[in-house]
Amino acid sequence: MAAPFASATPSHERIWQRFTRAQRLTRFAVYLAVVAAIVLAAQTVEIIPEFLADAPEQMADLVARMWPIDFAHYPDAIHAALMETIHIATLGTLLALVLALPVGVLAANSLVPSMAINVLAKLILVSSRSVNSLVWALLFVGIFGPGALAGTLAIAFRSIGFVGKLFGEALDEAQRGPIEALTAAGAPWMSRLTFGYWPQVRPAFWSIALFRWDINVRESAVLGLVGAGGIGMVLDSALNLFQWTRVAMVLLAIFVVVIAAEIVVTQVRRRVI
Amino acid sequence: MSTAPAIREDAFRRRAWPRVAAVALFVYVVYACAQLDVSWERVHAGLDNAARFFSRLFPPNFTRSDLLIKGLTESLEIAVLASTLGIGLALPIGLAAARNLMPAWISWPARFVIVAARSLHPVIVAIIFVKAVGFGALAGILALTVASIGFIGKLFTEAIEEISDKQVEAIRATGAPFPSVLAYGVLPQVFSRFIGFATYQLDSNLRNSTMVGIVGAGGIGGTLFAAFQRFDYDYVCAILISIIALIMIGELFATAIRAIFIENATFADLFRRGEAMRHVRHSEDD
Amino acid sequence: MLDLRHLSKSYVAGKPVLSDINVAIPAQGITAIIGASGTGKSTLIRCVNRLVEPSQGEILFDGADMARLSGKALRHARRHIGMVFQEYNLVERLTVMENLLCGRLGYVSPWRAWRRKFPPADIARAYELLDLVGLAGFAHQRADALSGGQRQRVGIARAVMQKPRLLLADEPTSSLDPKTSVEIMELMAGIARTHGIPVLVNMHDVELAKRFADRVLGMAGGRIVFDGPPADLDDAMLKKIYGGEDWLH
Repeated sequence: MAAPFASATPSHERIWQRFTRAQRLTRFAVYLAVVAAIVLAAQTVEIIPEFLADAPEQMADLVARMWPIDFAHYPDAIHAALMETIHIATLGTLLALVLALPVGVLAANSLVPSMAINVLAKLILVSSRSVNSLVWALLFVGIFGPGALAGTLAIAFRSIGFVGKLFGEALDEAQRGPIEALTAAGAPWMSRLTFGYWPQVRPAFWSIALFRWDINVRESAVLGLVGAGGIGMVLDSALNLFQWTRVAMVLLAIFVVVIAAEIVVTQVRRRVI
Repeated sequence: MSTAPAIREDAFRRRAWPRVAAVALFVYVVYACAQLDVSWERVHAGLDNAARFFSRLFPPNFTRSDLLIKGLTESLEIAVLASTLGIGLALPIGLAAARNLMPAWISWPARFVIVAARSLHPVIVAIIFVKAVGFGALAGILALTVASIGFIGKLFTEAIEEISDKQVEAIRATGAPFPSVLAYGVLPQVFSRFIGFATYQLDSNLRNSTMVGIVGAGGIGGTLFAAFQRFDYDYVCAILISIIALIMIGELFATAIRAIFIENATFADLFRRGEAMRHVRHSEDD
Repeated sequence: MLDLRHLSKSYVAGKPVLSDINVAIPAQGITAIIGASGTGKSTLIRCVNRLVEPSQGEILFDGADMARLSGKALRHARRHIGMVFQEYNLVERLTVMENLLCGRLGYVSPWRAWRRKFPPADIARAYELLDLVGLAGFAHQRADALSGGQRQRVGIARAVMQKPRLLLADEPTSSLDPKTSVEIMELMAGIARTHGIPVLVNMHDVELAKRFADRVLGMAGGRIVFDGPPADLDDAMLKKIYGGEDWLH
């Protein structure tokens, strides 16, 4: 009878390990770095232990002061501000979409083979993402004065980075084959974009747009804290005047709007994309 | 030949609704701009202001660096601790909320916690914590922990609910004990996605930690806000540049972690990838 | 009509994929390139329309050296070379009609193309070609709803829409079953002969090559080791091209 499964690999080489030594070293280094970071952070952060111990009592006190919720406040101030917030979110998202498309294309090396332009475009996208919408709002309030204009621009400029980055990733994931075919047929750059890339990335684009709008509704609600319009301004005045029942009403209104936006997005996604 | 002239008119069967939607969108934009008092004149008027504003931003003033560094360090601390706590808490809560693993009386409360954690903006949560535990980093850490639980919890639950039963079934069929079923059947499917959103949340917390200071929850945000109100715009510029740099480093770190844990890269691989990115891929025409 | 002179290509210095290729393709007939995997058949075809950049040599197409062209001139030259791909390379989400008209994108301005305002003559021609390839009535189907054989028919029609002076085909039947492969080759050969377009096709199926080609180029190790009619392809020749004897019997 012949020997079963005679293997070509000599027995001293047939040890199976999940990771190579280099991989294990790298992973270990990362674990070490992460643990070190956590320990360092925990030791150096300035927390007053008494405040921490006090916290549950303080929170209970806060909740007590918010009850009963001042529903009457809604028609006077809240409704208009809430609508304004939604407009800020929507207009801001639309503006961001218009601006992010060209920047996203410029950042994609397969479409624009100039490294310099790619890097510049990516820099724009990173900067847009790194500056928080609240900070953008501060900047725009400084330029255009308080109000919804500052808020809309803040939302737009913050979203460009988000949309641009995800859109760039969608462009990178597009199949090269059809584009190769269009190149072989002598199609100009623009037609390669519209006939080769766009049909492939269109669903991803709308998905990103919806996703960002949803986030922007949340973001727009707080911009008023720095004076950029919307319900945040109502919240700000109520907080400053310690009118906790009104604060509760505003928070509830924001909560409802956010949930409503989520429902809208889920429905649209199901039907269209 | 089977094609008749009539068909040639309709070479592209186009549906009506994209056009309708475009028109509706346009009408909405006009309406909303009117509601918000956004007009070209206002933008135009603001542009002169903008020019003046930008001239005061540059050159950035890095002289008061100790305050700047202190603020950035605090933001980093807040981000690290909030991410740790958030991930740590999100794992069991996310697991509890998975309908395919847990009974309803466990999963529904867990789902409620996650939804609640997500619905309020981190800034609002920060305000509440500031009122509760006072100014400082603690409020920031708690606020971002809540945000992390909401984000990671939701995605983790979704990942668990989407796992393929077939793979788990196959492992069970070998007679493996439950922890091994988890380790070989469930975890490999969700692990890479988990690393993906854990790193995303770390990144997000870093961003948010630079901002919660505006409402008093610690970090560089407070310094930024104060500088702004003092009209110290060149210092504002320095702070912004530092924030952007910090976040870019954070993103690089997050990408490296993803490469190491999802694609099993080594330091050598990462270095090679960095080199590769610097080569221009020569593409043809136009 | 196509003259390759001293064409060479190396991806890695010292390891050429194509070594000093010299061959002239006349203005009619079907030329098949055969050879083992990795001998550069695909690279050769792709060098002709510059989808791959040659390292050295001249590619004279109707007098002009394709290797020296760039920008608009290259695009214009490419308009006259149609290509059929192994993976069909259709735009999945567009309809068959739109895919066909992609063949005319080199002639229509991007703005008009975006608004789908193609010349009526092009649209009429598209319908004719659809009939010719046996896909009448499929104009409004999305490309991803078609079978492999149907997709390749669209691919062929798209290439012919360009009114090309040369048709390149990179393993057009490698993703298809044997019966469909024959149908596609018959279609391509038929159209090429009726419209008077020379074809340069690379394939791994020797029988198919023998059946449809007027001339066979055998490649081994990046060089052309056989150039002649299919009748001359005996076992000795095939051994030279592919190496090894086991697969012949």
